[in-house]
Amino acid sequence: MSGLQHSVKNMMNWIDARLPVTETYEKHMSKYYAPKNTNFWYLMGVLATVVLVNQLLTGIWLTMSYIPTAEGAFASIEYIMRDVNYGWMLRYMHSTGASAFFLVVYLHMFRGLMYGSYQKPRELIWILGMLIFVALMAEGFLGYLLPWGNMSFWAGQVIVSLAGAVPIVGDSLATWVRGDFNISGITLNRFFALHVVLVPMMLLVLVFLHIVALHEVGSNNPDGIDIKKNLDDKGKPLDGIPFHPYLTLGHDLPAIVAFCFLFAIVMFYFPDGGGYLIEAPNYERANPLKTPDLIAPVWYYTPFYSMLRAATFPFLGLDAKFWGLVVMGGAIVLPAVLPWLDRSKVKSIRYKGMASKSFLAIFVIAFFVLGYLGVQHPTPLKTFLAQICTAIYFAYFLLMPWYTSVEATKPVPERIPIK
Amino acid sequence: MRGLVLSFLLLSSHLYGAGSSSPYPLDDVFLDLTDKESLQRGARTFVNYCMGCHEMKYQRFQRVAEDLDIPEEAMMSNLVFDPTKKLGSHMSNSMSVSNAKQWFGNVPPDLTLYTKLKGGPEYFYTYMRVFYEDSTRPFGVNNLLYENVGMPHPLVHLQGIQKKVCKDVPRIAKNGGEMREAITGRPLLENKCGDELVKRGVSPLELVENSGELSKEGYDSLIYDLTNFLYYSGDPSRLERQRIGGFVLLFLAFFYVFAWLLGREYTKEIH
Repeated sequence: MSGLQHSVKNMMNWIDARLPVTETYEKHMSKYYAPKNTNFWYLMGVLATVVLVNQLLTGIWLTMSYIPTAEGAFASIEYIMRDVNYGWMLRYMHSTGASAFFLVVYLHMFRGLMYGSYQKPRELIWILGMLIFVALMAEGFLGYLLPWGNMSFWAGQVIVSLAGAVPIVGDSLATWVRGDFNISGITLNRFFALHVVLVPMMLLVLVFLHIVALHEVGSNNPDGIDIKKNLDDKGKPLDGIPFHPYLTLGHDLPAIVAFCFLFAIVMFYFPDGGGYLIEAPNYERANPLKTPDLIAPVWYYTPFYSMLRAATFPFLGLDAKFWGLVVMGGAIVLPAVLPWLDRSKVKSIRYKGMASKSFLAIFVIAFFVLGYLGVQHPTPLKTFLAQICTAIYFAYFLLMPWYTSVEATKPVPERIPIK
Repeated sequence: MRGLVLSFLLLSSHLYGAGSSSPYPLDDVFLDLTDKESLQRGARTFVNYCMGCHEMKYQRFQRVAEDLDIPEEAMMSNLVFDPTKKLGSHMSNSMSVSNAKQWFGNVPPDLTLYTKLKGGPEYFYTYMRVFYEDSTRPFGVNNLLYENVGMPHPLVHLQGIQKKVCKDVPRIAKNGGEMREAITGRPLLENKCGDELVKRGVSPLELVENSGELSKEGYDSLIYDLTNFLYYSGDPSRLERQRIGGFVLLFLAFFYVFAWLLGREYTKEIH
């Protein structure tokens, strides 16, 4: 051992006696054993982390030039786009990143549905993930108001006015959220504070807990096999590989580069995404007297927006708007109880029966249809279609205890099959 | 919720009462942002004819000069008319909001981001070419794309007067084909007006000969240049962005090869 290595070792010993750096590194990286059969769907978590870092960094730099006032916000975005060096790059990285975030998170959640990643013992990971999803939706919504474009204003107006649908206290609640009787500079200020301070902090804490919980119980895999049941004589899982470097460099790095490539194509060549990433009415300053022809949220909210609009009739003396709010809220919260809805003996779709496979397929189709309908002008036929798809969405979850318990499942192998 | 959305729609149609958009088809336009001379001509048209009423308040003279290769002195002497403006000033004008409302019923929109607001340059390119004479309107003109628009036609002396006319068009048979005389084979014509012509893909406008200083092609070219300039202004870093994007993609593609090779080495050890 050379002198330098010796002194580095001494220094690490000194630190480790006071702060468990090596132990933490081993627990979470070099001696964290992940299943060796993870596939494409297992990349979404790391990609979400990459996008989170992108959003935090570009967000910090955007904040340096952004002015959170009704008078200055819109012009400050154009200042960033034109006068700040590479400001356009920061802004487009942030706006494209918002969509990319939801894309990978939706795929990440779909992976969970497909391979039963929410099942015991990963219930808490799933619930923490759902909290991240809700925080992310809030973060996206709050951030959408900040450019103070006309769609920002009207989308904010529509969504905040939903609070008004709550019986008795509704109007006061909406006023409390806005801090004003209408969306105004006061609303913009508080949304800015929440967008750049509170919600990102919550997200970071939740992501930290999500990962700590994951590393406590270990990652699931496409076969849903518990790799901790088969250990070698040193106590390492036979079907596991150390997270670092096999997954970090062998699996994740090429995927991150490929993802960045796709991200760069959108960001550099299609930053508006045909009006789906940055909507055309947002190129005009917020104007309370001029409603855009169609108020549609950005694509990642459209499935839920469709469900909100699908409630069209009053019930139990409460108006349709309130039930729309209930349906939308229910649709967002319901997946959190999945661990207790799935009664199947197996985790992965690979070993589940036809009922689970069919329900998942129809659920995905319904989700896409709802997403499409959310950007369309409502017509009676489209509203009816949205109602059917909403029913399918809820049926997927609410009927799950039944169809997962009656269907025939395939036997799950003890060890991960070798292809 | 539907009621809420509907009420917004009703509100919007009420507010747009002074002028509403019609389903007139937009003309395609293929712009070239590398054509600096076209952009310079567009900038000249903009400051000469548009800027009295329309601002470009997020864009600076200096940025235009730099991006369009216009020397500073030429910019200051030929394109900046307001002596209080400096090269670094925003391209704003001095019309007050109250005057604008009194004269036009509303503040003329800022044009910095106009092509982005309209989802592309086609709207503006078409709009500027479909003004027509209409004595019922305060400024004597109307617009096919924006019925009852509050804007005068500032380029009418260049384009000339366009009148909305009825035209003879071939009659259409039930099967969708054009009807012809049995013996001569000449098309059977019928006289159609307004939207009926638009549906047939025929412009309901006719230019009064020699009423404008420019030919039809000359005017189209002037509007092309102006559209090009507006399209540039909507996102002045577009070309720079696409250029840098190429390098970024090349780097990532190059990096991917090595990342993949490294990944393969680790994957080999797993199985």
